[in-house]
Order: sequence, then C-alpha cells, then structure tokens
Amino acid sequence: MKAVYALYADGYAAQQAVNRLRAAGLKDPDITVLSGRPMEEFEFGNVDKATWMWWIACGGALIGMAVAYGLAWISENSWPMNVGGLPIFAWWPNLIIMFELTMLGAIVATVITLVVTAGFGRGKGKLYDPEVSDGKILVGVENPPAASVSQFQQALSVSPDAQIKTV
Amino acid sequence: MSRPSDSQINSDLLKPLLHTSWRFYLLVAFFGAIVLFGVGTWFYQAYHGYGVTGINWPVFWGFYITSFVFWIGISHAGTLISAILRLVQAEWRRPVTRCAEVITVFALMIGALFPIMHLGRPWLFFWLAPYPSERLLWPNFRSPLVWDFFAINTYLTGSVLFLLLPMIPDFAVVRDKATGLRKKIYTLLALGWRGTPKQWHRLETAMSIMAVVILPVAVSVHTIVSFDFSMAPVPMWQSTIFGPYFVAGAIFSGIAGLIIAMAFLRKFLHLETYLQPVHFENLGKLLLVMAVLWGYFVFNERLVTYYGNEPAEMAVFWRTQRESFAPLYWTMVVCNFVVPLILMGIKYTRRTIAGCVVASLCVVAGMWLERFLIIVPSLGHKYLPYAYGIYRPRMIEVIIAGATFAAMTLLYVLFAKGVPIISMWELKTPEHEPGAGHAPDTQASLGEVRP
Repeated sequence: MKAVYALYADGYAAQQAVNRLRAAGLKDPDITVLSGRPMEEFEFGNVDKATWMWWIACGGALIGMAVAYGLAWISENSWPMNVGGLPIFAWWPNLIIMFELTMLGAIVATVITLVVTAGFGRGKGKLYDPEVSDGKILVGVENPPAASVSQFQQALSVSPDAQIKTV
Repeated sequence: MSRPSDSQINSDLLKPLLHTSWRFYLLVAFFGAIVLFGVGTWFYQAYHGYGVTGINWPVFWGFYITSFVFWIGISHAGTLISAILRLVQAEWRRPVTRCAEVITVFALMIGALFPIMHLGRPWLFFWLAPYPSERLLWPNFRSPLVWDFFAINTYLTGSVLFLLLPMIPDFAVVRDKATGLRKKIYTLLALGWRGTPKQWHRLETAMSIMAVVILPVAVSVHTIVSFDFSMAPVPMWQSTIFGPYFVAGAIFSGIAGLIIAMAFLRKFLHLETYLQPVHFENLGKLLLVMAVLWGYFVFNERLVTYYGNEPAEMAVFWRTQRESFAPLYWTMVVCNFVVPLILMGIKYTRRTIAGCVVASLCVVAGMWLERFLIIVPSLGHKYLPYAYGIYRPRMIEVIIAGATFAAMTLLYVLFAKGVPIISMWELKTPEHEPGAGHAPDTQASLGEVRP
C-alpha cells in the first residue's frame, strides 16, 4: 500500500486538511481520517453516520421472539407436562422466555451488525499510524495516483506543526 | 483540575498493564490460595455428598441460594448503572463505567455457579439446560428456575458484550504501546481497530442500542430471581412486592459493591487523578436514595404482613422481629438503612471516600443478611408443624461462600492487569458543551470549500 498522510495535534487543522483534500477533487470515501476518540464536534467526524443498526436490532429482536415462541410451543406440546392446573402452553410464563430471547436477538443482531459494518478484522494492510493512540489525528489518502502526491502533500500542509509522511 | 492530555491518560492507565509490581503477585497468591481452598472444599462436598453441609429438610436453601441471590444482586452494579448513566449522558460516569461493568460480568459468573454448587451431583448441571433428551427430561417452562436460566444467560451475554465492545479501541492503544508477545495478543484483541469516523459511529450506536436493551433485561433478571421465591407457597414469600423489592435491593448492593471496588482500584493502581472524590460523592447520593427506597419497601412488606395477620406469616414475622433471627434482622436494618442514611445524608461524610466505603461495606453485609433472612426463617417455619426445622450452616458452606468473595477480588485483580480499568477513549473525549469544536474559523473554512 502507498499512502500520503499527515498527523495533526488538533481537530481544527484536521478539518482544514480534509477541506483542502476535497477542494483538490477527492471525495469523502477517498479520504482516510483516523482518530483516538470520536470527533463528532467536527464535520469530518460526522461522515458515514447513517446506519440501519437500530432497524437491524429490531429485526433481530423479532427473530428472537419468533425463536422463543417456537421453542416454547414445540417443546411444551411435544413433551406435555401437567403442572398446577396450568394449560400445557401457558402464555403468562412463556412471555418471560419470549422477552428474554427477544432481547437476546436484539443484542446479537447489534453486535453482528457492528462487526460487519465497522470492518472489524479487516484493518490489516490499511493506512495507520500508532501516533493516533497519543491523540494525533491522521488525515491522508491511500493509494494516491503518483502524479497527485505532491498536490496532496501541499493540501495536507495546513499548519506548521503538521507531520506529513509518505509510505 | 485540568484535564490530562491523551498521552498522559495512556501513560497512567497502561502502567498497571505494562509494569508488574510485587504487590500484584502478592494479591494473586493470597486470593488465589483462598479460591483454591474453596474449590477443594467444594470437591470434598461433591465426593462425600451433600450431607456434609448443614442444609437439610425443610431448609434446603441455605448459604448457597443466599449467595446466589446476593451475587446476582451485586451484578446490578455494572451494566444497569452504566447503561442508565450512559442514556442520561451523565458525563461523570466515564471513569466509573468499566469498573462497574466488570463487576457485573464476574458477579454473574460467580452467582451462576451457586445453583451448580447446590446440586448433589454437580456434573449433571447440564440437565438444567432446555434441550430435548431421550430421557424425556425437558425442563418445565413454567418453572422460575428455567426462567432464571434464560434471564441470567441473556444478561450475562449482554453484559459481556456491553463490556467488550468499548474495550476494542483501548485494546488498539495497548497494541500500539506494547511489544513482543503482548503486542501480538492485543493486535488480535483490537480486531483491526483504526479509529475511522465510521467505526466510532458504529461503536457508539451499538453502545446506545445495548444500553437501551440491557436495562429491561437487568430489571427482568432480578425480578425473575424474586419469582424463585414469590411463586412458592411459603409464608412471607408470596408477595407482589418482591419483584421491585429485589430489583431495588440489587441496585442498592450493586452501588455499594462498585464504591468498594473503586476505592480498592484507586488505592492500589494510584488512580487518584481519575477516580476523584466527586465520583464517590455522586455514587454516595445514589446509595442514599436506594437506602431510602429499600426502607420504603421493607416497611411496605412488613406492614402488609402485619395487617394481614395470617398465622403462618405472623410466625415468621415474629421470628425475625423479636425471636431467634431478631439480632440478624436488626443488624440488617442498621447496616442497610441507619448507617447509609447517616453517613450519606451528612454532606461531610458523603464527601469523604472513607465515609462512602464504610457505608458501602455495611450495605454489602446488610444485603447478604437480607437475602439470608428472606430464605431461611420462612423455609424453617412453613404452614404445617411437620415442616418446621432449623438451619445451622457448617464450615463447608461458610468456606465456599467466603471463597467466592476472594474469587471476585482475584478476577478483578487479574482483569485490571490485562485491560485498562478505565475506558481511555471515553476519558479522552471532551465533555459536551454547546458549540464545542465549532470555532468560527473552522465554520468559515467549511463555508469556503464545501460545494
């Protein structure tokens, strides 16, 4: 992988760098921004915000509820037990099982969605700098066209303390 | 006090992970020895049979089920409190949440062991699981014990994930700072975390969903634990108040457990900069509220029983009020109500860490007694005289129940050695202020270049 990037000490400089890269013709998916914390107070920290995660969690909850209903109905009718005069398939007690598995479905769906959409396990070989952990904000371009490298370097040099690197 | 820089936070919170002092080995050796002794005692019980314990007809539920309810209650320290504080965006929660969430996971694990310890043949524990078998043995879905199975496992799964997800960015920090084998391990644990805006959004959205989902699950868990009692025809158990009473008690003991754990961490890991007196004071206020709520529930429970004047219930009532269990009962009232009300009600003592810890220790002891007093006096004095009996715990169950406290501490110490005990990325995130970050020059530059 080839990349040109810069590390900034504050979000204002990083925002300026992102703006300059956009002005140089790059689209948001082509610009890499990495930070050690959420940067929601800046515009660049709010890209890619739209997500279906809440709806997927609701879908997982519905699946969990259906599984619980099926588990309770099939098992209680297949192995009927007469307990305390209650019906074989008693709704009130089964609501507890259904509630728990509904919630479990929502939890599992949320975590699976997070793992898939956040790209967990797929970071190898991508642009990264350990200084991000110390609070630096990385703004860069991965696999830039050779002819544009100097243009991007210029766009990234928004402040004197910016560390511009090429890998 | 000014906010520490990101590198300062890294340095302070990674110190326990990257450097090991002799005190760590001493703590592990000490608590590990107690845990081993407890495990050995449990093996002794399994080998010689249940007769070596003091548990006998009609009091089949003694120390083990008391401890089960107690630890499930303590587990409400973490995920529930953390989720509430996260949803109401209480900014002071940040240094507290992970300390709390860890308690939940370990307390649930320990609590879930007790029904297995309570089995005469613990190796057949899998019979509790709802699976079809050729023995035609299928757990009764109308039994609260099966509800326990579903509720505790859902809560445990949710709590583990609720704890693990926000640890991923911190694993990435350790990955960047560590060397050798440790670096390889944390590289795996970090799951390729880079810190893109998309990853942060997805993580925060997932945490919000989990917080919303885990709250009713946490409430349901202790309500279902209360159903273990209130569904049974035993004097002073069949009560509609048991659900909220148990949930309130669980949160109460959970907050107390959290305060003790935080004080322990602050002392041993030198986290004075992060776990400040204000955090203890805020938790102390919650403890005060829960003490009042606990008193309200106890008063309700007692008054309704007294007015009902049902003979079997009144027999249990007087056993706890002024007969054989009275010393334990009034100790419980002092520990759970009087001491926290005084220490947390007076601003001076609430603002001291020592005051909060003393009140919390009393609450933990008092809440254990509360569970004991719900279980044993009622089981020993049921409706008919043939079912009267006494329970005298033997050393076996005292050692096993005591060893679980050492197990909790040991697990906590080991966790703090492997994972930053305070969420570093949440500490680095500045508190929300209106317009923060939108400096005029940034807005202007956005206006110039954005299409």
